[in-house]
Amino acid sequence: MTHLTLNVNGSAHALDLEPDMPLLYALRNHLGLNGAKYGCGLGQCGACTVLVNDKPVFSCLTPCAGMEGKRIRTVESLGTAEEPGELQQSFIESQAAQCGYCIAGMLMRAQALLEHDPHPDEEAIRAHMATNLCRCGTHLRIIDAISRIARREVPHEQQ
Amino acid sequence: MNRRTLYGALLGAGVLAGVCALLILWRPAIEPVTVVPTFDAQQIARGARVAEAGDCAVCHTRPGGKHLAGGLPLVTPFGTLYTTNITPDAETGIGQWSPDAFTRAMRKGVARDGHFLYPAFPYLHYSQMSDGDIADVYAYLMSGPPVHAPAMENHMNFPMNIRPLVAFWNLLFLHTDPIVADPSRSEQWNRGRYLVDGAGHCAGCHSPLNFIGAEKSGEYLAGGSVDGWDAPSLLGMAVRAQPWTKDQLVGYLRGEVVAQHGTAAGPMRPVSLSLGRLPATDAESIAEYVLSLTSSEHVAEVTAARQAPAAQQSLGESLFAGACAGCHAQAAPMRVIDGRPGLNQTSALRAASPRNFLQTVLQGIPALPGKPGPAMPPFAASLDDDQIIALAAFLRAQSNPAQPWPDLSATLHDLRQEAK
Repeated sequence: MTHLTLNVNGSAHALDLEPDMPLLYALRNHLGLNGAKYGCGLGQCGACTVLVNDKPVFSCLTPCAGMEGKRIRTVESLGTAEEPGELQQSFIESQAAQCGYCIAGMLMRAQALLEHDPHPDEEAIRAHMATNLCRCGTHLRIIDAISRIARREVPHEQQ
Repeated sequence: MNRRTLYGALLGAGVLAGVCALLILWRPAIEPVTVVPTFDAQQIARGARVAEAGDCAVCHTRPGGKHLAGGLPLVTPFGTLYTTNITPDAETGIGQWSPDAFTRAMRKGVARDGHFLYPAFPYLHYSQMSDGDIADVYAYLMSGPPVHAPAMENHMNFPMNIRPLVAFWNLLFLHTDPIVADPSRSEQWNRGRYLVDGAGHCAGCHSPLNFIGAEKSGEYLAGGSVDGWDAPSLLGMAVRAQPWTKDQLVGYLRGEVVAQHGTAAGPMRPVSLSLGRLPATDAESIAEYVLSLTSSEHVAEVTAARQAPAAQQSLGESLFAGACAGCHAQAAPMRVIDGRPGLNQTSALRAASPRNFLQTVLQGIPALPGKPGPAMPPFAASLDDDQIIALAAFLRAQSNPAQPWPDLSATLHDLRQEAK
């Protein structure tokens, strides 16, 4: 066990963890942040995607040991069920979730894109989202939801 | 000598110098064409193949930009250049270029209006192409959709921001002519050499460059670097400790995963995807030629084994188990399902420098929309430097235990800096 301090969604959390424990387990089992999902555990599906220093990573393949001092953000940082963030609202309006298992990962990967490039075209969205899979097949609605934010006049506010 | 003849001689010398300077530095504009000619479909299709072999779109399309409309930054030791628009737009592309103007650019590196092009445009190689191929590429480019995309401003350092100086570079290095087939070699070998030295311009990355950015003539295809990646030597590939067979090289060249060597990553990835879209005979020809190249160098002497510290080994091993094993372990599901390579034999782990291994870990291999793979996630944001070093040391010890990489930490530091 190692003592680690993780900065998640703006708060510091002191934890005793195995250093090679995947970040996903720490988020879900130790911090109760159950948005990010375990899908394949192989970096193939993207359901576990969270942001580390504004970059999307597969938290199932990311050991906790290197995460000290980094800014970790999960889907819980975007909004709540009562007050969804604008990207979450757009997913709701596009009815982009069917079973919903992939959506937290989709949201975080899309969030990273929009913070980096507020107005990506559809090709850029498709290329960026290519690593995240939805087995229900709602990809077109997901692209639609992201495109609506990308087409807005007002530049996307950084979190 | 009286004063008059002295003045006369000086004047004569001055005029001569002026004429020489003019001859070296001045190129006439070529009359614009106002009507874009039409070409038959067969010629356009042939031109598309040549353009694919020449990787025109790899440099002349920026990420997210329109096909062939330019704008990709090329970071060179002499400053940053932006590729230009080669769609047939009259105002911002090559729509006003006649066949002669296009041929002059391809063979002499001079734009239609007479300005010198920077040699990042590989006219040293394109000048080795046949007239027919150049005419076909022209037909292909002039038949595509015109895109309005003005050239971006280059940021070259002094003195390379003075374009006419390229004329002197050309005096030194531009001595290439269309390739003449070697009758003592097979047709396939000749086709391979033509693709490698002509359109493919392989030496642009795979030969070392001298201090003014020209390929070192005595070290043809002996290995260079590009965009922070090593472009390995193409010499003696058939006789290495881990030799390449023709089938393996053809697969690699066409973007496939080759179990014994890995798959093309970094700047070679788009090149291999281009070759994958061409008929397999082209990659077969390239492999035939490249595998015939011999190296005068011997395989590097084996240095005494030096094991990484035990703690680093065990950290590397547990990181491998957590982050890599799902795809790369002995019986990994992704190896069985989708052909991910084991790492022990990959070229990146057997190379003298850790650069390409580290780059692959940092950047991964980007997924293509709609394609199942091969793809690899980037680990730049997931793993810190100590973890990547431990992982590299652990895997190197598996694949090449006698020669640990001595410069891991410095190389990783450089790559992290370059990525900023």
